[in-house]
Amino acid sequence: MNNFKYLKADTPAAAIAAVADNAASNFVAGGTNLIDLWKYDLTHPDRLVDINGLSELKTITELPDGGLRLGALVSNAATAHHAIVRERYPLLSRAILAGATAQIRNSATNGGNLLQRTRCYYFYDAASPCNKRNPGSGCPAIEGHNRLHAILGYSQKCIAVFPSDMCVALAALEAVVQVAGPDGSREISFSDFHRLPGDHPERDNTLQPNELITSIDLPPTGFAPHHSYLKLRDRNSYAFALVSVATGFELENKTIKRARIALGGVAHQPWRVSAAEDLLVGKAPTAQSFGQAAGIILANAKGFGHNDFKIELARRAIIRNGLMALNPSSQRPGAQPSL
Amino acid sequence: MIQSKEIGRARRRIEGELKVTGQAKYAGEYQVPDLLHGYVVNATITKGRITSIDETAARAVPGVMEILHHERRLALPRFDIMYSDMDAPPGSPFRPLYDAKITFSGQPVALVVADTFEAARYAAALLNFTYEEVDFDVDLRANLEKAHKPAKGLATFIKPLPPNPRGDFSAAYADAEVRFEGEFHHASQHHNPLELFASTTVYEGPGKLTIYDKTQGTNNSQIYIANLFGLRFKDVRVIAPFVGGSFGSGLRPQYQLVMSVMAALTLKRNVRVTMDRSQMFTFGHRPETVQQTRFGATSDGELTAINHTAISETSSFEEYNEVVVNWGNMLYPAKNALLDYKIVPLDLYTPMDMRAPGGSTGMMAIETTIDQLADQLKMDPLEFRLRNYAERDVSADKPFSSKELRECYRQGAERFGWSDRHQEPRTNRRGNRLVGHGMSTGIWDVIALPGNASAKFTKKGRLIVKSAVTDNGQGTNTVMTQIAADQLGLPLEAVTFKYGKSKHPLSPVQGGSYTTGVIGSAVKLACLAVKNKLFKLAQIMDGFPLGDALPEDVDFIGGEIVLKQDPSVRIPLKDVIAFNRGKAVKASKSNIPNVFKLKQYTRAAHSAAFVEVEVDEQLGVVNVTRAVTAVAAGAIMNPQTARSQILGGMIWGISMALREETLLDTKLGKYVNTDLGEYHIPVHADIHELDVIFVEEKDEIINEIGAKGIGEIGLVSMAPAIVNAVYNATGKLVKVFPIKLGDLI
Amino acid sequence: MNSPPSATSHEVQLQINGKPAKLQLEPWVTLLDALRDHLDLTGSKKGCDHGQCGACTVICDGERILSCLTLGVMKNGSEITTIEGIAVEGEMHPLQKAFIDHDAFQCGYCTPGQICSGVALIAEGHAQTREEVKELMSGNLCRCGANTNIIDAIMEVKAGRYE
Ligand SMILES: Cc1cc2nc3c(=O)[nH]c(=O)nc-3n(C[C@H](O)[C@H](O)[C@H](O)COP(=O)(O)OP(=O)(O)OC[C@H]3O[C@@H](n4cnc5c(N)ncnc54)[C@H](O)[C@@H]3O)c2cc1C
Ligand code: FES
Ligand code: FES
Repeated sequence: MNNFKYLKADTPAAAIAAVADNAASNFVAGGTNLIDLWKYDLTHPDRLVDINGLSELKTITELPDGGLRLGALVSNAATAHHAIVRERYPLLSRAILAGATAQIRNSATNGGNLLQRTRCYYFYDAASPCNKRNPGSGCPAIEGHNRLHAILGYSQKCIAVFPSDMCVALAALEAVVQVAGPDGSREISFSDFHRLPGDHPERDNTLQPNELITSIDLPPTGFAPHHSYLKLRDRNSYAFALVSVATGFELENKTIKRARIALGGVAHQPWRVSAAEDLLVGKAPTAQSFGQAAGIILANAKGFGHNDFKIELARRAIIRNGLMALNPSSQRPGAQPSL
Repeated sequence: MIQSKEIGRARRRIEGELKVTGQAKYAGEYQVPDLLHGYVVNATITKGRITSIDETAARAVPGVMEILHHERRLALPRFDIMYSDMDAPPGSPFRPLYDAKITFSGQPVALVVADTFEAARYAAALLNFTYEEVDFDVDLRANLEKAHKPAKGLATFIKPLPPNPRGDFSAAYADAEVRFEGEFHHASQHHNPLELFASTTVYEGPGKLTIYDKTQGTNNSQIYIANLFGLRFKDVRVIAPFVGGSFGSGLRPQYQLVMSVMAALTLKRNVRVTMDRSQMFTFGHRPETVQQTRFGATSDGELTAINHTAISETSSFEEYNEVVVNWGNMLYPAKNALLDYKIVPLDLYTPMDMRAPGGSTGMMAIETTIDQLADQLKMDPLEFRLRNYAERDVSADKPFSSKELRECYRQGAERFGWSDRHQEPRTNRRGNRLVGHGMSTGIWDVIALPGNASAKFTKKGRLIVKSAVTDNGQGTNTVMTQIAADQLGLPLEAVTFKYGKSKHPLSPVQGGSYTTGVIGSAVKLACLAVKNKLFKLAQIMDGFPLGDALPEDVDFIGGEIVLKQDPSVRIPLKDVIAFNRGKAVKASKSNIPNVFKLKQYTRAAHSAAFVEVEVDEQLGVVNVTRAVTAVAAGAIMNPQTARSQILGGMIWGISMALREETLLDTKLGKYVNTDLGEYHIPVHADIHELDVIFVEEKDEIINEIGAKGIGEIGLVSMAPAIVNAVYNATGKLVKVFPIKLGDLI
Repeated sequence: MNSPPSATSHEVQLQINGKPAKLQLEPWVTLLDALRDHLDLTGSKKGCDHGQCGACTVICDGERILSCLTLGVMKNGSEITTIEGIAVEGEMHPLQKAFIDHDAFQCGYCTPGQICSGVALIAEGHAQTREEVKELMSGNLCRCGANTNIIDAIMEVKAGRYE
């Protein structure tokens, strides 16, 4: 909770320049993650560059290809309740509404959501070792309390998970992240955005330190007829996912033509396995089909003691969510299980 | 005879408007001039000593005024007794900032004082401590063999140790036709009232302080601070009109109080210290406990043998105890009982009473064990309990002062629709969900303590009643006002209850569900004394309007003394005061329990909870879809606030059974989920239909007002009923609480 | 309490409960601390200071937010309603009345946040059923366990029974 300077940027270029000229500058959008981390003494910005004045990042617009552009500074709530999002990308709407709370979603922005940090207990305790926070200091979660932790894609250095709900849906929707930096803009496909911890758990994603997320672009189709988001957690609301599943598929003649399944709460990134999605093509949307897909997705899953239950839970959640997707209107507030 | 107009009537909270409009001020909210802010620094090791302190960076933060720690502090007493408080267990109480020794993780080691909250917080992060660390042990389950019986002291007087063995348990258990043996475990839990602990100390001049403190006992904080800093009691005023919940955490003065006072006395300034949420996990808590039960019964359902042992943690410096195992044989009159309770000292802070301490722990084991026996007997669990209904407390060989538990069972079962329960587990379904019905008995003892109150009837026709007691959300303010109003036949609006100040008549700490009984009795006695004085004055008023009427010949109604025989004879109380030359009529009374009479009875409130759960069979998600708790707790002063207390207890039961626990990392020696994000208490979406029944119960033995108290009784029966309902739904008995997602798949 | 300007501080203008307020704030002062410590508006509560309890909920430019997770400087120019501004000219808001009638609080510490949140929830119009209301009120914890009474109060006001 160090002291810092504050600057309000009025153009994206000014914002980017402001962080580029000071290594310890941070953008602040909703502030719901950054201010939390700062108050726990886990991040020590020298200057905050407030990007809330960048009105061009605050809109939701339709793209020429039929897709939808979600401005990075549109709030999670405004995105979830946006008429087009609800109609064409209800999976995204439901995933967002399963995250955090109404108050937090009003402040939290789309860009910030992608960059939120893990909720690992040890990461959050400045006095504990943590390779993500303090590279080389160790990972007490591996032998400690790891209920929240990864069963897939972890490394010997870090078993933290990426906690977002919104991003699980974005992964299933195959969104594209538009970013701008000092050298111009580029786009990052969603599957390349979040990374696995490997030897560098301190890096959550592939965004460069002085790059600004400008928007998240959705493709033209969004699984509106058959989608579901299921979130399993330690209480019915206001808790991070232990396991969550975003499922969307297109049906043709009662068989699956295209399917996407992404898991949250199980890895350092939203977890997708294309072999499992491919396997579903041509199959009927039954418990058996989803069970086979789950088998592929979880083939290499391993628990660390407290989180062993996640493997079986994830398998069952994939099956249930597939069935819930057949009947989207059965879904309940807070992405609680239904049927 | 008192006409009960207010007592027993649903009344809205008197301070309600202040609370819903944001006007209610809590300890850390008093805007006093030139206020300084303190921020506490906590040890990052579990055990060892501080070897050095580097203040350089912290001192450099603009606005920092002072840094207090063991090498830089006011003199503190040398003897333990000076640190003792009304709720201190036997041992050597923790001394904030006393020396270099670290005995638990998160121990407060310094206070940074600055002109703003933010500067103090920043500097606190920069204060650099070096430690010498030594091996610690915080693992209860690895140290069960080190368990010993708690030392006897005042604490074991109020919270008695287990009774001596009865009969021959081993033989009876061996002979039993049905038996159940189980080991139960729950981790520590922290009270986490929503308000953070805070003290605002106003420096009134040399040796004189006014302190706004978050506490359950203004006198407790007052005496403690006076002892610690060598001040006169009357120079330490402690004020706590609004307390944002406590649940036991305010039973002992906490370290922010000591620190704010020390800083105020050091700097001769006004100082506020507010804890942060993670610091709320650095003091008392419900102790982690391992329990074993072995109960045996005959094939026709007579419980014959009860063995219940519990081992809990305590700190390395105090012997905390609670009543975990005594309840089973109070409730079920088995002839053979063997009860044992022990503690293990660990490198953690001393546990502290937390809502229904001991009782809620013990009942989890007792009542699930009872249900398991019923299940083996293929007997309805309610029938099994009725079959073993205790008409008398065999464990103490005493009658109950009153006991309407049977009525709780009957009314609760009826309201719930218990007869629809499926006896066979896993046979009741709704779609993907298994439905389970479970029940449990609850019991909580009625504690009698001395308490004081004063009453004054004024020239303006108002009754002013005072006690130092606090209202931490239980409804004390409203209930005391109701009790007082009835004694003088006044409308509620004519009565003011003044509370939450140490200068008012001495009160014990608010806890154990005894406040209504203890302070309510004192209030009643003080008001009756005033009434008596008013009557005596009226008797000698000019013209002798009452003639030779005796006290029983008149009623006090609507601010008048009315002659029963001839209601046209009415003397306004104001006239009595005028006759008294305008002088208010006052009285102070102590409620001193008649220990001799009380000792002859077992005094307890009872409850029965009936719960329905739905368990998503594949995913293991549990919801308490509906529950009914029927309570027999003597006279209910205010059914509306009382209902809220029971609802709160039921929600705590849901939390105990399904949500909350503090995760202890035994390798790091510390709790790791020290925030409200990962310490899960229920959210609105977790709470479904809850219903409360108050069963009529008269008790003329326990206290002046016949009230047993309702703070804990809603909790004790709820949690085990949920565990039993989950068993009924799934056929799985979970014995490690809370039952979490993943435990049922 | 208003701090003097410094090299790092900013002038912040807010419209609070209908009245303008001009503050000189250091960047690191949260909106919650600005309200409580600088403006003596202590109705907004601090239960965690980390977005985990909802006690600090205020209505900012028409939306409920957590004042502990935003900085005062970030809200320059905003219109803020705190619990102190929910009643209009001394007349309590229907939800405040309903809270009293339903005994929707015990200690009262979560209450301002619950009420601000509930008032905003009703205005948002996204929640119709009791289940939806419970979900969208789940950002406000109540440790006393007043949950059912709180939801009852909101449902009554939503149903127009306090007009
Ligand atoms: C108690 C609590 C519970 C929560 N529960 C959930 C949950 O269940 N599910 C869930 O998904 N989330 C949850 N959240 C997280 C919440 O969704 C995130 O905090 C939020 O989305 C972050 O957005 P923000 O705009 O507030 O980001 P900020 O805090 O402003 O920023 C976060 C990070 O992103 C950077 N940043 C922000 N915008 C940009 C941009 N446009 N370009 C580049 N960098 C940028 C900032 O520099 C910072 O490093 C919870 C949060 C809290 C406090
Ligand atoms: S104080 Fe802001 S959410 Fe708890
Ligand atoms: S009323 Fe006490 S926390 Fe809600």
